[in-house]
Amino acid sequence: MVPNSEVRLFGMWASPAVWRVEWALKMKGIEFEYIEEDVSDKSSSLLMYNPINKQVPVLVHNGKPIVESLVILEYIDETWNDKPILPVDSYERAKARFWATFVDVKCREAARKSFFGEGEERENGIENLEIQLKALDEELEGKKFFAGNSIGYTDLVVGWMAFWLGVAEEAGDFKAVNSSKFPFFTAWIENFLQDPLIKNNLPPRDKTVEFFRLFRQAGSCAKANVK
Amino acid sequence: MGEVELKLLGMWASPFAIRVRIVLNQKGLKYEYFEEDLKNKSELLHKYNPIHKKVPVLIDKDRSVCESLIILQYIDEISQTGPSVLPTDPYERAMTRFWAAYIDDKVFLAMGGILKATTEEEKTDKITEAMSVLELLEETFKKCSKGKYFFGGDTIGFLDVTLGSYLVLLKAAEKVFEFKILDETKFPKLMEWTERFLSTDCVKEVMPKVERVEEFYTKIVKPRWAAASSQ
Repeated sequence: MVPNSEVRLFGMWASPAVWRVEWALKMKGIEFEYIEEDVSDKSSSLLMYNPINKQVPVLVHNGKPIVESLVILEYIDETWNDKPILPVDSYERAKARFWATFVDVKCREAARKSFFGEGEERENGIENLEIQLKALDEELEGKKFFAGNSIGYTDLVVGWMAFWLGVAEEAGDFKAVNSSKFPFFTAWIENFLQDPLIKNNLPPRDKTVEFFRLFRQAGSCAKANVK
Repeated sequence: MGEVELKLLGMWASPFAIRVRIVLNQKGLKYEYFEEDLKNKSELLHKYNPIHKKVPVLIDKDRSVCESLIILQYIDEISQTGPSVLPTDPYERAMTRFWAAYIDDKVFLAMGGILKATTEEEKTDKITEAMSVLELLEETFKKCSKGKYFFGGDTIGFLDVTLGSYLVLLKAAEKVFEFKILDETKFPKLMEWTERFLSTDCVKEVMPKVERVEEFYTKIVKPRWAAASSQ
């Protein structure tokens, strides 16, 4: 496949936010050039395209940058508007957007506390994660994927919890996902990871666990330095 | 087409609820408003926003939409009347969504930082942070408005209501907590915009009076925080 120089994606191999954009591009059959960023030594291109947050992912379409993965997903869906990723019905779209902010704000914060935290902070993180997993579990009852029988926006957005949460649990030595407490969510994880789009588009698990282990150590050192 | 049966759960001082009401007004959409006592949340709020139990919540027939920016997009999609709140071009929509998230992330935090500062030094630092946010927004205004009156161009749009919903709170906070960030010399275009925004009918109908917010800050917020920090 010849990369299309009109669409470029600046990313980092371990980042779930980057992968969700890749999944969306691949779902739509959009050709793109991928540029791996060293986030400890950011390129001048990245800093030019995303001067405010200086983060990946950045999608550059015909020279114009779009940043923040959720913004990028909606942009992709609106620009290449065949095979919609977001639901067509306005109420369903609102629900999809609700779950996106729920997992990206609430669940991410709880996961962060569970992963980096110690003692009470960690316990609090795990407790919150379990409450959040319950909500997701209830939403998935009777469904293969969030919007029905095939993968859509909400699956892509919650997708980090299918892979990276497990990685964080292993690297951070905690457990929140539980098949007897959250049977529908656990089944969804299986369905999601087995889907051909996702199965062939994930970072290597061992390498990712190792990366997260180092990331956690660096986080503890940083905390120690602050004190 | 049948009657639109909308209900909105809100709180008079909440910028998130205010922005939804402005857009409902602008679109000429009728709705039943319920003022929430956030210290004694109603059954409606528990029922229609069980996960977060926060306002605003838009109830359309029996279905609820939560999160102000999501509600604004929903209203834009379902309404047949009034100007579009989001631009039509996908790239401009992406820029708008980015800046709305930025505003909600930075402005609220910046304001809170100033109000909760315990030392003069901390307060000065927080004020500097807030000023740099406004500097960026001054530039953003120039780019988005393209010489017109609002971020949204000729009419109030997504970014106007997102940022604008904080204005009266900011003005009241400046008075009660003794600081100034809404500076006409540093942010001339933005300050012109604030007056224009606040004098628009659909905004005036909804925005609380600055004196009411000042009283709220003086009688409730300031003592509450003073008590918390002295513990």
